[in-house]
Amino acid sequence: MSAIPTELQYTAEHEWVTTGDPATIGITANAAEALGDVVYLELPEVGSQVTAGSVCGEIESTKSVSEIYSPVTGTVVEVNEDAVGDPSLVNSDPYGQGWLLRVEVVATGPLLSAQEYAELVEG
Amino acid sequence: MTATDPGAEPRAARLNEFGTQPVPHADDAATDGARRGPLFEEHVALGAAMTPFAGWSMPLRYTSDLAEHRAVRSAAGLFDLSHMGEIRVAGAGAGAALDRALVGNLSGLAVGRARYTMLCAPDGGVLDDLVVYRTHDDAWLVVANASNVDVVLSELRERCAGADVEVTDESEATALVAVQGPAAEAILAELVLDAAERAAVVGLRYYAATEAVVAGVPALVARTGYTGEDGFELFVDAAHARALWRAVLAVGEPQGLVPAGLSARDSLRLEAGMPLYGNELDRTTAPHDAGLARVVKLDKVDPEGRPLDFVGRAPLAARAGSQPSRVLVGLQGLSRRAARHGYPVVTDRGAVVGHVTSGAPSPTLGHPIAMAYVTPEVSAVGTELAVDVRGRAEPVRVVALPFYRRPSST
Repeated sequence: MSAIPTELQYTAEHEWVTTGDPATIGITANAAEALGDVVYLELPEVGSQVTAGSVCGEIESTKSVSEIYSPVTGTVVEVNEDAVGDPSLVNSDPYGQGWLLRVEVVATGPLLSAQEYAELVEG
Repeated sequence: MTATDPGAEPRAARLNEFGTQPVPHADDAATDGARRGPLFEEHVALGAAMTPFAGWSMPLRYTSDLAEHRAVRSAAGLFDLSHMGEIRVAGAGAGAALDRALVGNLSGLAVGRARYTMLCAPDGGVLDDLVVYRTHDDAWLVVANASNVDVVLSELRERCAGADVEVTDESEATALVAVQGPAAEAILAELVLDAAERAAVVGLRYYAATEAVVAGVPALVARTGYTGEDGFELFVDAAHARALWRAVLAVGEPQGLVPAGLSARDSLRLEAGMPLYGNELDRTTAPHDAGLARVVKLDKVDPEGRPLDFVGRAPLAARAGSQPSRVLVGLQGLSRRAARHGYPVVTDRGAVVGHVTSGAPSPTLGHPIAMAYVTPEVSAVGTELAVDVRGRAEPVRVVALPFYRRPSST
């Protein structure tokens, strides 16, 4: 089981989010491992609005496709074009180079601490 | 992030719905109640992500779906298929009984050859697709999908009753591993030490089988597979499975072989345009629907030369002479989002003209591919259609199957 960074917050749908503003968003190593090799990312455009708890993108592997739920409400200020061009970054470095979005935060949805997320995935 | 359920109907290939977690310890897998095959501990030791499949705990992937897929296309992959069913049908009446029980002509199969065939219901619906080997003059080996072993076994017992035939389920005692890819022949050649046996293995034709001792393990070696590559399937006593598995890995790894999981197996067979029971084939499908009319031998005769009435013959004969209501086609995705099992196929006016049976981003081709049943009017190669991918129409084009054909050996 991959280590879960303690400085991040999490959703029950396996996204992580930083506490700063703009907040950086990605998917957890547990999620990336379960998906398998990510081959395609569909992410919102810079300037678009995302809503906490709502779908903001899709992540596709050879075996399955999953929706990405935004942990926060706000405006997308940056999209990780490196990861769009090379989605394998999501598998190799999900908490680093495999980040997905930066969002100027208006409000946050219900989030889990690292320990609560660990309990969720190990439970 | 949550998985999107692509279709309401049950399907065999639901390998990696989100929530499938890697199994770090052998003990953890016991909690899902799935059966463990003879190679379970090998998979766990290799760090495989295990998944429940047809009641078994099977390796989904070892390291990477894509790497395993590509290894099979470029070198070789080693697959555990021990969940599949092996049913021996033997006796003086076995050939005639199989001719009545299955849609193919099995009595006419030469010893040492294999045939792709089907078990159909009386109404012509497919109960399972099978590979049948004639191992001896009076013995055949029927290989069934894991999810259908019970159905195949009970149907064969019923259909062969009172005909001097013994039907034996050997699934539990039999392990099946596949070595698939362009390096498979060289790997097998290294593992078969007896010169005559080695020559026989290397000289095997497609859909032929021979007995040989492989890495010290007596095996039925068949040149068959489900990947679109050259390769072999090895039937061995389950007690010898681990020794064989390790030997193939040891000899194969320097030649680029990797262990490969069910995820790669599914993407490989899809590229090769091969049907999967539960997706392209099911109880409501006739062989003709799937473009497999050729496996139905309507001209079978009994030893006296009279037409042979096999199970499903009348409805299948009627089907053969009529226009099908749907056709299995290949679809090439023209955008990035892949069509998945159950998604509607639509025209540019939004009319539903079919449904996707299997779909994925093709690792070899670099674009999405899918198989789908569509109405005959839109089945011609080149027809432009769309697939409703979670509410958005993604353009696709009808293409010939298979999507991938291996470079011919010259």
